[in-house]
Amino acid sequence: MSNSSTSDLLKPFKLKTKQQELLIRVSILCLVYILAFITRLFSVLRYESMIHEFDPYFNYRTTLYLTQHGFYDFWNWFDYESWYPLGRIVGGTLYPGLMVTAALIYRLLHFLRFAVHIREVCVLTAPFFASNTTLVAYFFGKEIWDSGAGLVAAILIAVCPGYISRSVAGSYDNEGVAIFALLFTFYLFVKAVNTGSLAWGLASAFGYFYMVSAWGGYVFIINLIPLYVLVLLITGRYSMRLYVAYNCMYILGMLLAMQIRFVGFQHVQSGEHMAAMGVFFLMQVFYFLDWVKHMLSDTKLFQEFLRITVTCAIAAGGIALGVGMASGYISPWTGRFYSLLDPTYAKDHIPIIASVSEHQPTAWSSFMFDFHILLFLFPAGLYFCFKRLSDATIFIVMYGLTSMYFAGVMVRLILVATPAVCLISAIAVSATVKNLTVLLRSKNKVAQIGSTKGTSSAKASSKASLDQSQPFQKNGAMALLFGAFYLLSRYATHCTWVTSEAYSSPSIVLAARGAHGNRVIFDDYREAYFWLWQNTPPDAKVMSWWDYGYQITAMGNRTVIVDNNTWNNTHIATVGRAMSSYEDEAYEIIRSLDVDYVLVVFGGVTGYSSDDINKFLWMVRIGGGVFPVIKEPDYLVNGEYRIDKGAAPKMLNCLMYKLSYYRFGEMMTEYGKPPGYDRARGVEIGNKNIKLEHLEEAFTTSNWIVRIYKVKPPNNRW
Amino acid sequence: MGRTSSTKEDAGALFHSLRSAYAATPVNLKIIDLYVGFAIFTALIQVVYMAMVGSFPFNSFLSGVLSCVGTAVLAVCLRIQVNKENKEFKDLPPERAFADFVLCNLVLHLVIMNFLG
Repeated sequence: MSNSSTSDLLKPFKLKTKQQELLIRVSILCLVYILAFITRLFSVLRYESMIHEFDPYFNYRTTLYLTQHGFYDFWNWFDYESWYPLGRIVGGTLYPGLMVTAALIYRLLHFLRFAVHIREVCVLTAPFFASNTTLVAYFFGKEIWDSGAGLVAAILIAVCPGYISRSVAGSYDNEGVAIFALLFTFYLFVKAVNTGSLAWGLASAFGYFYMVSAWGGYVFIINLIPLYVLVLLITGRYSMRLYVAYNCMYILGMLLAMQIRFVGFQHVQSGEHMAAMGVFFLMQVFYFLDWVKHMLSDTKLFQEFLRITVTCAIAAGGIALGVGMASGYISPWTGRFYSLLDPTYAKDHIPIIASVSEHQPTAWSSFMFDFHILLFLFPAGLYFCFKRLSDATIFIVMYGLTSMYFAGVMVRLILVATPAVCLISAIAVSATVKNLTVLLRSKNKVAQIGSTKGTSSAKASSKASLDQSQPFQKNGAMALLFGAFYLLSRYATHCTWVTSEAYSSPSIVLAARGAHGNRVIFDDYREAYFWLWQNTPPDAKVMSWWDYGYQITAMGNRTVIVDNNTWNNTHIATVGRAMSSYEDEAYEIIRSLDVDYVLVVFGGVTGYSSDDINKFLWMVRIGGGVFPVIKEPDYLVNGEYRIDKGAAPKMLNCLMYKLSYYRFGEMMTEYGKPPGYDRARGVEIGNKNIKLEHLEEAFTTSNWIVRIYKVKPPNNRW
Repeated sequence: MGRTSSTKEDAGALFHSLRSAYAATPVNLKIIDLYVGFAIFTALIQVVYMAMVGSFPFNSFLSGVLSCVGTAVLAVCLRIQVNKENKEFKDLPPERAFADFVLCNLVLHLVIMNFLG
């Protein structure tokens, strides 16, 4: 009686299996969406909602400008507040995708009468797009393998540290949006190849356009897709659908990409984009020959025709490429991308690229740190992909292998490899779990078949033997499933720990543990920038090393000499030369640049190790690269970089040393150590009696991290 | 002597067999082929003109040539999708193929108009 009433109550909720499965899938995706968002919010909860690091400040400033002045002024903006006295054509030298996206979200929210500040939108753009990436990963996994693999891919990429590192809340950088665009473009292209539809090809062209507008890493797409087409052509897996998909995407994508001013005509003039054009022409020749072969019934005639056409085509292509490269019309690969093919190139020729810590080759520990179990699931997934080769799996294999190579060359590119690794690992996990659960369920099925087919003696004996091996298989499958569950739960724990410890620091606010275990916050950077904003004339020019340029213009609102864009190496070398010279020579350079304030970052009191003294050798190298008067051995003693009593005399008297250690000789930094003990280098400084002749100290922050000096006007003649 | 005449005969035979095979294609495909030929011809004229007068402004030249090449390529895609001999596309109604073609051409020409300067 009660049974039927409860079953009556549950009747409207009784779903068919398909509906149950759909409900499970949708709820999993919703939970993954929310998880991807909230796991990136550590720094917002611990500190406050602010923009992190250096580059995001420039993006924030341009987004602010865009929302205040509108798109036309933004697109044609000439910024006179940076790179004094040169200025910067901002509209033509940035990738507008991120700014336009944030501005659109801001407009939408204001339209719905949510009066949020643009900074909040900027801070939360990256986690929002990370959630969207998980959805795209689900659809991509479904396209490559099946919906189970898609779900696993979505979960894996939601928490993978390789992606989180560049998409936490506050990291308002191009990569936050670009990885979404990358995966989206790849998904649309694979869909186009699978269906052969012009509509999907058009969608992939728009995806490519969004990627080009978002990040300079679009070069990866425009080289991977032609490589993929080439592989398909060579292995004979080509089809008409490939022709439709690639041509539609290439022509429309190229045209759309040329609308971005920063990219300009590179698609027809730069060596990095020539592979796509070459494959385009190759495809026309290939399919034309295929069509002729289809029309001709006589193979001998066709062979003749083939020979003539192929030689003509190759000759024409070779001549065109040769003339283009020799005359300089087709520019060779730029240093940034050439150093990916030849990792030693940057160290010898372009010190600015070599000096960025993100551009160093990757250590094994970084791979383990960022990928955890995905590192060994990746080869397993490759195995499964090779077992079931199709157009889509070939693509993901190629994406995985090429991106892993580049991830090995440069730490920063682990980010590009992450979606491929997550997808391939998801295939491994999903296929393995599926096989194991099939084993778990198969016992009942065999018993059923045995009973329905009757009990002949042979069948009975085979059933008995099967029954004997079944419990062993079933137990083994259970054990393996538990093992898989344990591994995945360890992965989730590791990812959350990594996110919390390593990737959620704002870099502009430092935290440390005090003597009693309480948390101490160093907010010196913002203190210094707000001092600049409030206490200097509005047209003051600030000279500092290029790392801090974006932050000074965004928060201090003052003109800077060099900033993170690093587009003019000579200008940076001038600043480097000024920092490495004696005070008199430096003063001449400072006067020639109209500088009013000099800003240095000093970590000797707090033990902060990313300060200017630790970066000083790069200033010397970059300055010395343009001005031979600066020689690196002058600052070293026996090849060793020292700042204590045994340091080189030029080091002890250069401008950077004086500005960092002015009045530091009287400072007691640690109990039991002499005054002037530099906690970041761990030694007592060599030159304590520093007198400044042409500069005077204007402001030092409370923990001595940022020090600002005012440039004194020249002495009167008499 | 014999070789040249044999190659000439081969070329002649090739040309004849191609011609006869092509004559057998349906009329709608021939119309599309005519359109492709016209577009390529227009692109070639523009390239010759650019060779004569120089390539400034480059964006206008690129947009002109790419609009011709683009619409030719899209027409070839349409031909592939409409051709009854292609097994892969037998489920695709020709109206849908044509609608896709029109949509892609619309986007192509809108971008071209923005790029013309």
